[in-house]
Amino acid sequence: MNFFSLFRRGGSAPVARDRLQILFAHERSVPGSPDLLVVLREEILAAVARHVEIKPDGVSVHMKRGNKISTLEVEIEIPNSVRALSSRGRHRRPLQAAHRSA
Amino acid sequence: MAKVVVVTSGKGGVGKTTTTAAMGAALAQIGQKVVIVDFDVGLRNLDLVMGAERRVVYDLVNVIQGIAKLQQALIRDKRIDTLALLPASQTRDKDALTEEGVRRVIGQLRQMFDWVICDSPAGIERGATLAMRFADIAIIVTNPEVSSVRDSDRIIGLLDAKTLKAERGERIDKHLLITRYDQGRATRGEMLGIDDVLEILSTPLLGIIPESEEVLRASNLGSPVTLNNPGSGAARAYSDAARRLMGEDIEMTVPSDKVGLFGKLFGRRAA
Repeated sequence: MNFFSLFRRGGSAPVARDRLQILFAHERSVPGSPDLLVVLREEILAAVARHVEIKPDGVSVHMKRGNKISTLEVEIEIPNSVRALSSRGRHRRPLQAAHRSA
Repeated sequence: MAKVVVVTSGKGGVGKTTTTAAMGAALAQIGQKVVIVDFDVGLRNLDLVMGAERRVVYDLVNVIQGIAKLQQALIRDKRIDTLALLPASQTRDKDALTEEGVRRVIGQLRQMFDWVICDSPAGIERGATLAMRFADIAIIVTNPEVSSVRDSDRIIGLLDAKTLKAERGERIDKHLLITRYDQGRATRGEMLGIDDVLEILSTPLLGIIPESEEVLRASNLGSPVTLNNPGSGAARAYSDAARRLMGEDIEMTVPSDKVGLFGKLFGRRAA
């Protein structure tokens, strides 16, 4: 400890520990079982695609992994002029799905 | 009953070879018959760290291929008569090591020594998996740093899956050795602490080796740190770890280098 250390930022070790714990929470998941968020993403897209035509560049998917909560955000652009493939599946706004994993 | 130990880490540069040399010498210094085996085929360095680079005639691959007898390849240490080295070869042939050949050599070494300490290459390829294949005990060398901790986790997974003991349904005895530890930086929250690493890797601790200038000095001179400067913090930490491996109950401390008044006034920080 010296005079200059009084002005230093807080330690970075807690950040390192948290990052590793979050990483291992996912890397140590049962080998061979596909990642839940990836499965959900595929199935949500497939479900929407059954009803409306999806353009690949009109889909944006964000996955955020946290220690206790992970979120999956799927945003699919559906142009208003596009006719729904079925009468039930007509959406006027981007679709958002959020998922909380245990 | 001889014990086969693998010194492994996944990540390179964390201190596997330094640890193999120091632990081997420390066990031999307390009267155990020890052989240290370099598994880093193509990039051998244990001979250099031990100061035996000019005495290498035959190597592990020569023995496996039947070109030399094991006795011809073993190099007896000139400082401690119960310590021997089996060097790696410099061949670039990745398939030079065979599982059957390694099994046979390890089996022979078990008859001759109390401890067979295998210095694993970095990575998770064939060389690393063969080095751990026949081990009873694993020493996982980890720096308190994110990439090293992550790679240690991968290696722990491999130890539990790919070793002969694991395949037989037995448990390989795993120990964590934390090297290059800086107590001051950990206290200030600048470095992962011992508790952090232990909690993340949930593996029992064998020892804490402090960051020390003596480690580089010893390798410059071709001598294990426990021989070159037995009073240094790193050497005392390795000697304690060796005694714990022998089953002794020794309090866990972080020994520091003794710094005199001159060192305190003009000493430089270790890089």
